[in-house]
Formats: sequence, C-alpha cells, structure tokens
Amino acid sequence: MTFSTRPAPRLGTMLLLALGAALVVVLPLLHATGLLSSFTLSVWGKYLCYALLALSVDLLWGHTGLLSLGQALFFTLGGYLHGMYLMRMIGELGQYRKPIPDFLVFLGWERLPAFWEPFASFPFAIAMVFLIPGLVAFGFGYLAFRSRVKGVYFSILTQALTYAASIMFFRNNLLLGGNNGFTDFKFILGYRLDDPGTTRALYVASAVALLLAVAFCRWLRSTKFGLVQHAIRDGENRVLFSGYAAVHFKLFVFVVAALMAAVGGALYTPQVGIINPGEMQPEKSLEAVVWVALGGRGTLLGPALGAVSVNALKSWATRAYPDLWLILLGGIFVLAVLFLPGGLVSLPARLRALFSRRPSS
Amino acid sequence: MPHPLLTVEDVAKAYDGFQAISNLNFYLFPGELRTVIGPNGAGKSTFFDLLTGRAKPDRGRLEFGTDPAASHDLAALSEHEINRLGIGRKFQTPSVYAYHSVWENLLLSLRGPRGVFAALFQRTGPADHARIEDLLELIRLGEKRHWQAGLLSHGEKQWLELGMLLAQEPKVLLIDEPAAGMTDEETYRTGELLLSLAGRHSLIVIEHDMTFVRQIARQGQVTVLHQGSVLCEGRFEEVQSDPKVREVYLGRGKHDRG
Repeated sequence: MTFSTRPAPRLGTMLLLALGAALVVVLPLLHATGLLSSFTLSVWGKYLCYALLALSVDLLWGHTGLLSLGQALFFTLGGYLHGMYLMRMIGELGQYRKPIPDFLVFLGWERLPAFWEPFASFPFAIAMVFLIPGLVAFGFGYLAFRSRVKGVYFSILTQALTYAASIMFFRNNLLLGGNNGFTDFKFILGYRLDDPGTTRALYVASAVALLLAVAFCRWLRSTKFGLVQHAIRDGENRVLFSGYAAVHFKLFVFVVAALMAAVGGALYTPQVGIINPGEMQPEKSLEAVVWVALGGRGTLLGPALGAVSVNALKSWATRAYPDLWLILLGGIFVLAVLFLPGGLVSLPARLRALFSRRPSS
Repeated sequence: MPHPLLTVEDVAKAYDGFQAISNLNFYLFPGELRTVIGPNGAGKSTFFDLLTGRAKPDRGRLEFGTDPAASHDLAALSEHEINRLGIGRKFQTPSVYAYHSVWENLLLSLRGPRGVFAALFQRTGPADHARIEDLLELIRLGEKRHWQAGLLSHGEKQWLELGMLLAQEPKVLLIDEPAAGMTDEETYRTGELLLSLAGRHSLIVIEHDMTFVRQIARQGQVTVLHQGSVLCEGRFEEVQSDPKVREVYLGRGKHDRG
C-alpha cells in the first residue's frame, strides 16, 4: 500500500493520446469513407462541445471547490456570439429575402442595429466569444469572491445569474431573436454548413478544442497553481495564511472556465444549427453538474466521459422513452452519488477490487 | 531601548457583546521569544486573530515594523498581505493541507512570489529542493515525504505545520499551542527548536503546558492574559509567584477558597 499522491504519468499520457487519436482521426476518417453519416458525426461534435462545458464545470467544482450552477450561461453566450456571425452570413437568403436577419424584419426593423454591424467579421465574432463571457465572468467573480461569497451561496448566485440572463435573452427587445434565438444558418467562412466537408471540419475543430482543454487542465495540475487550487478546495482559510490571495486564484480559474465553456458553445451553434435562451435556463447547468458527477469529479477524463455518455443515453432515451428521460437522469444521478462516488472513471478500479476479493471469500 | 517590532496599544475586540479583548497593550521586540499564557477565554487566540488579519479590532493600534515612519497598520491589511509582510502563524489545531503530500505542503509554504502567474510559470528549482530537504530533516518527516498529510499522526502534523511556518522564513512566528498532542520527548525537542529560532526570528508562543513554558521561557518574558488584557508580565518565576496570577490561573481554588 502506498500513500503517494502522484499519479503514474506514463499510462495517463498514452491513454490520452489514444483517445485523442480516436476522436481526431478515426471518426473523421470513417465519415470521409462514408461509414459514418454526417448526422452521427455532428451529434458526436455536439457531445464534444458538451464535454468542454463539463470540463469547465469540473475545473471549478472538482478542482477548486466552486460549485457553479450557472456554467451553461457562458456556453450559451459563446454560442450566441458566434451565432451572430452565422446570422450575418445568411445574407439575403432568409425567409423575407432582406439583408438583415428574419427576426429583425419581423420586429419591424429596416436596417441593422449598430451593434450587429461588426459581426459580419469572423475574427471579430471570435474575439467577442472570448471577450464577452470573459468580462462577465470577471465582473461577477470579482464581486462574488471579493465579498467572500462561498459554498452554497456562491452556487445559488451563479444559478440566479444564469436565470436572470435567460429572462433577458427571452425578451424580443434585446434584439437577439427572443425565445427563438438564432437558427437557419447557411454559411461559415464561405463554406456551406450542409456540406459534409464543413461538418467534418467543425467536428475536428471541436475534438481539437476539447483535447487542448484537457491538455491545459493536465498542465495546470502539474504546476504550483494546481496545488494552490486544490488547497483552496480543501481548506481555503489556510491558503490565506500561506500568503496566497485566494481571491486572485479563484478569479483566474473562474474566467478560464468561462472561456472554456464559451468555446464549447461557439462550436455547438453551427453543428446543432440553433441557439436559444433555453440553453441558459438553470436546468441546463444542473445537467452539466450531473455529467461531471457521473463521469468522475476532479479527474482528468471523467467530465468528458460523463458528458458523452449521458448525452448519448439522452439521444437514445428521448426518442425511445421521451416521457421518462428526466426520471432516468435523476435516477442516474442518485445511483452515481450512492454507489459510484468516484464516477465512471473509478469503475475499472472498483471492479478489479471486487474480483480480486471474490476468490478468497 | 529599541523600537518594538509589534506594537499593540489600547486594542479592543468584542464578539456579539462578549468582550474578547479589552485595553490590550503589548510590545514585541526584535529577536524576542515571548510566551503568552492565560486561562481559557483569556483572549489568546483572538489576539492572534487580530495580529494575522482574521479579525479586525474595534479600536486601538496594531502596528508592525521597527521604523515608526514606515510601519504597517495591520488592521488595514488582509490575511495574505499580513503573511507576506513576514508574520507567520501556526494554528492551535494542526492545520495542514490534508490531501497534499508532506512534500507539497512544504513546497506551497516556501518563501517566494505568491501571485497567480508566478504559481503558473515558476518551476521548482534545485534551491527549493534543497530547502525542502533541510526542512524534512529538521521535522523528521523525510521518510514520509510522499504521504498525504492527512494520514500523519497528530504530533507529526504539528511538526509539519512548524516546518511549513519555517519554510516561509517569517520575521515573526505566532505559534499557538505547539506541544499539544506530542510526547514528552517531542515536546522537549519542539522547545529547543523554538529557543534556537529566537534571535534570528521573533516569536510569540501561546502555551498551556507549564513544563514546556518553563523550558522555553528560560531567558524571555512571559505575558499573562486575563479577560482580554494583560494581567502581568515578567520572568517566569516572577509571574509564577505573582498572587494575582495564582488567583486567576495557576492555583485557583486551592489556597484562597474556604
């Protein structure tokens, strides 16, 4: 029996590379040779975007002890900001054949509102995908952490934040499409979105983004920052007496997590083809917490594994038993908490322990 | 007489109407080892809370620094800022990072930049490793460097926390009941360690164990706290024979009642 807290790095790296290769190379190859449909590939692309959201929840909850119940807000903001670019790219191909998005025509607008103008530029939109969620996270985090809002109060505040934002986005006079949000996208960077090549490119972008995020989290854990982060999770008061300003560390993590979620959202919008305020309703953020809990909180691959497996199950269950899905999801959460507190990633070790005990009894 | 390193004048602190500290005057001089004793509820831990920024005084002066023109007002600073000035604290109940290894506990405590970006990009150099090795030897936890700190015994945690405190190389060490949970031999060794630190560092040690107090207060002064203010101050023998002290603390009930 050893008490070492250092994980074996070799096996982890190899597993990571193998999974990475499977995601980035194998699935797109299957698609290119026609063995995998565009629909299936874009569904997998969606799962990977959700995995980014799960990773961002775990960076906060699993590694810093900050249970954010509003992380889908940053995901949706990223989705909207990229969506604004995609809306501009529809050009005059909308239902009303006007140079401005359909919902604006419907609201009686003749010309584009000023804040919509720069979104015709892809680089500008991408810059905003980082800037706006980053600023929102910074502002909210600064206020919350400075006032030493902690624990369940922090969770409630994040939930309130995403709820308030969803109410705001449901309103038509925000000029962001009201309850319908954005849809009917046609082009991205001049390529047709219904082209298989575009589907593949977007999928690969999602897989690469996820791998980069996982690699970043892995690197973070190897730094002194990672040690401080875990120390904050385990005993924040003690950290202050070691001379670390916990506020700065938490703020940094909160902003990074928001950016991670925003990138996930930005990749989600073109692959799913719609973004609306429903995505920032509180239950979406709660769902992301369930993915992390099921996959394995505070582990490297657990969040992504949880996000992909729960959403794959959801895709099947919402077709096979649409009325039972929420009960199923709740049941999974309860069972995971009761019987598999380490999540899916702890399953191999649990099974090994079970089988090695059996012959002797 | 040199200027004190820590100046505490007319400080008061109340919690929900309970006067934990009242009219407290206290001076710590550079290189001094001061022992603070007092019955439960005398305000000893509150005193440390005030010095480390965990609690803010209702009134009074809390200053740090031997140069009156450039001293720091501790009441205006937060915990981590006070720590960075060079005031380190060891808590009454051993307070280590339970899920980090012994080695990591020391690494986190090593003196050096404390900012977010330093934590991200600064590598642990050979000098850091050497320093941690020295500390591990001093606190006799070299064999258990990879153990999770939470799995150590109570006494070992006390030693680890002392090591963490020393890793910070603070100017002032505030040490709350260092000997609790230690064997007699360990207690003695702790005492000798603290005595060896005096001179280079300044120390305030809160303690209940009178054998230990007698050991560490050989040269230094003892301050007796009672109901939030200083009852008396002096050499251990003087304090021990002071009738006021005997009444409130040492021999209460034995001689005077009846």
